[in-house]
Amino acid sequence: MSKRILAVASAGGHWVQLLRLMPAFDRHTVSFLSTKENFREMVAPHPFYFVQNATRWNKLGILHTFFLVIRVVREVKPDVIITTGAAPGLLAIIAGRLCGARTLWIDSIANAEDLSLSGKIASRFAHKALTQWKDLSSSKFSYQGNILS
Amino acid sequence: MILLTIGTHEPFDRLVEAMDILAGSVSEKIVAQLSDTEYNVKNMEVLGFVPPKTFEQLFKKASFIVSHAGMGTILSAFEFEKPIIVFPRLASLRETRNEHQLATVKKLEAMGYINVAYTAEQLESLVLKGASGALKPLHRIGKVASSGLVDAVREFINCP
Repeated sequence: MSKRILAVASAGGHWVQLLRLMPAFDRHTVSFLSTKENFREMVAPHPFYFVQNATRWNKLGILHTFFLVIRVVREVKPDVIITTGAAPGLLAIIAGRLCGARTLWIDSIANAEDLSLSGKIASRFAHKALTQWKDLSSSKFSYQGNILS
Repeated sequence: MILLTIGTHEPFDRLVEAMDILAGSVSEKIVAQLSDTEYNVKNMEVLGFVPPKTFEQLFKKASFIVSHAGMGTILSAFEFEKPIIVFPRLASLRETRNEHQLATVKKLEAMGYINVAYTAEQLESLVLKGASGALKPLHRIGKVASSGLVDAVREFINCP
């Protein structure tokens, strides 16, 4: 059955990792959410939503971004939310839970030594959390491969 | 052409300055894609913001890449089969907030995927090696992930 997917990543490595998962979105309706307006051209003709980036070092910025993310989630009405991080991805997971979506956190490959803080928080909300490093897998974070191959 | 990129978030003058000095002794042109830099570049061609597609063209044209340890750039180097020299930002020098770049770089280096320079001296010897054509791409990936990860995501999506 075709699902509505919202795929979320902040700009930079998170976004590159998300795009590498594209084959998983085949046969579904996917919308993208990121923090750089000009990424739109990379995923056209899929719908693309832009939100201002926020980091956990800026509390007011986080709140502002959270409201923007909620607005996008309410508009897209996704069945599934998938994110490779970072803070906007965590916000999307929380917003998704409020709106009844199933949520998947994929911790960035750049967290090789320790899981990201956003990921640790997200794992409390997400239906499923994955790490891309086998030695970081745990009861909360399973390892099912990475984007390096 | 050698392409230097430092990511979009913060300045990284230690790398920019080291490369600018090297640019004086390397005949190949160095193009630097920099966001926020206080250092006054003398020997490199500096680009500020470039759209993703233009950046991809630059990437394809480059003989090799010199970069901070941004995963986006490293993955692009694997995809376009470009040799890459990675110079990690250090939290101990306040170039980033924690040592995640260092940790990731060490793991990727141990896997034999990337050339890493931890000091300006190591950077110099790797750049000279690259300029002589002796650096090779160490790891290749396809345009999309082919691993179990895509299957795991697909399975999650299809779960009723």
